[in-house]
Amino acid sequence: MLNQIQLLGHKGLNFFQRLGRGHILIFDILAGLSSLIPRPNLIVQQLYSVGVLSLIIIVVSGFFVGMVMGLQGYNTLVDFGAEESLGVMVALSLVRELGPVVTALLFAGRAGSALTAEIGLMKATEQLSAMEMMAVDPVRRVLGPRFLAGFISMPLLAAMFSAVGVLGGYFVGVGLLGVDDGAYWSQMQASVDLYDDIYNGVIKSLVFGFVVTWIAVFEGYDAIPTSEGVSRATTRTVVHSSLAVLGLDFILTALMFN
Amino acid sequence: MFAIASLQNAGHNEQIIIKNRLNSICMDENNTLVKVRNLKFARNDRMIFDGVDLDIQRGKVTVIMGPSGTGKTTLLRLIGRQIKPLEGTIEVDGEEVTTLNHRRLYELRKRIGMLFQNGALLTDLSVFDNIAYPLREHTNLSEELIRTLVIMKLQAVGLRGARDLMPAELSGGMSRRVALARAIALDPMMIMYDEPFTGQDPISMGVLVRLIRNLNDALGLTSVVVSHDIEEASSIADYIYLLSGGKVVAHGTTEDLANSDSEWAQQFMNGKPDGPVPFHFQAQPYASDLKID
Repeated sequence: MLNQIQLLGHKGLNFFQRLGRGHILIFDILAGLSSLIPRPNLIVQQLYSVGVLSLIIIVVSGFFVGMVMGLQGYNTLVDFGAEESLGVMVALSLVRELGPVVTALLFAGRAGSALTAEIGLMKATEQLSAMEMMAVDPVRRVLGPRFLAGFISMPLLAAMFSAVGVLGGYFVGVGLLGVDDGAYWSQMQASVDLYDDIYNGVIKSLVFGFVVTWIAVFEGYDAIPTSEGVSRATTRTVVHSSLAVLGLDFILTALMFN
Repeated sequence: MFAIASLQNAGHNEQIIIKNRLNSICMDENNTLVKVRNLKFARNDRMIFDGVDLDIQRGKVTVIMGPSGTGKTTLLRLIGRQIKPLEGTIEVDGEEVTTLNHRRLYELRKRIGMLFQNGALLTDLSVFDNIAYPLREHTNLSEELIRTLVIMKLQAVGLRGARDLMPAELSGGMSRRVALARAIALDPMMIMYDEPFTGQDPISMGVLVRLIRNLNDALGLTSVVVSHDIEEASSIADYIYLLSGGKVVAHGTTEDLANSDSEWAQQFMNGKPDGPVPFHFQAQPYASDLKID
């Protein structure tokens, strides 16, 4: 019994120690971001690696999600004679929720895990230590550009996801199921609000980008420098990022949409 | 080479190279570059160092030897302040490293080179770019001048023809030579070598041994070599420290240790399996473990 309590206490202490290290790291990263201003090429390289290379999965997923929403939405709305509102339903669902959330989940799985693995392997092969001994701060040189790239990429990828999803819904709803073309776009234009819907979606994707990238770089930097350690860190990135995104989505939705 | 650097680009950072070079060739009243006093360090409740004192003399090759797990690599990390000791002081070129702020610590590190056990080359950069890396990060030298410096460093380690290769295409010995070229890129006052001979074939080992000694003498460096390869390390050592059980158990020149009465020194230098460093890891009595007592 005493051993169980001791183990629980040990796990609790470990959790708070990690939380503390994570916060210290994000403060260090944010404090060092100004050093990237004279070196934009570092950010551009990471934007390509983190953002551009994630485009395919985001675009394909967005298109399929939009198509499925077109199908499901039509099946539901047609019972009420409201199939003309398909465009509104698809657009609002994507812009408010599915765009930021699904993009964040895909981003965590594709880019987040890659960041963690890359940084973890750099730690395991002593590249980060070598940088420290060459008087190059690895937090500013390695983690900073990756964090900023993730933070910038997320809202852009979410916007791509939503846009392509709307096209997917159009392809199914208008192209296959016969919803009126004009009604699809005009009702969408009338109902989707820039401030209440689009801006809130952008804020969500910025928050998700911050959290997912933070978790990814921290798990890599804090990983035990062995193959098993990096593997576990990569798994933790995906799981913790996904849970964080879903939890934050609930909180943000409650705050934004009452 | 350094006159060109000063003439063509007289910015603050370029002075690092010039200053490092002057430091290494100037006579200094104080010949001790690194002073370690009463060093104590623990990891996971295990005492790694329990009051270690040692001096690293300028311009010499000092070898730190000891059984595996003694903390030799940890000592290098403490000197470079990648980790902090529990107690004690570590002075490098008159500066107490344990109390340096971030800026001054990084200024000091520009004057120290380190060769890691596996080279620790940046895997996404070519050999050329790996060596140019510290020059590009810390100086405003033109690419033309950086190219000249990199070629000269590669020539010094005999790998000028490998400049365009990626780290994955290098053998272990070549990786360490490239890492050595990178470690001397900013002409440091001191280079620390972490197990440079481990896992090397006899030819690569011979090359590395020669490089460490020749570079130390030609560039006026101070070298700290952590190794348990007795023959190779002893052949280039000006002074040797033997660590065991968290303390310095013997120190002196190669001849001193070979003729030493210290049991530690005799066991280690002659490779005896048992002695002050026991063969058996600490355990309960054998009979009770077999349940026959």
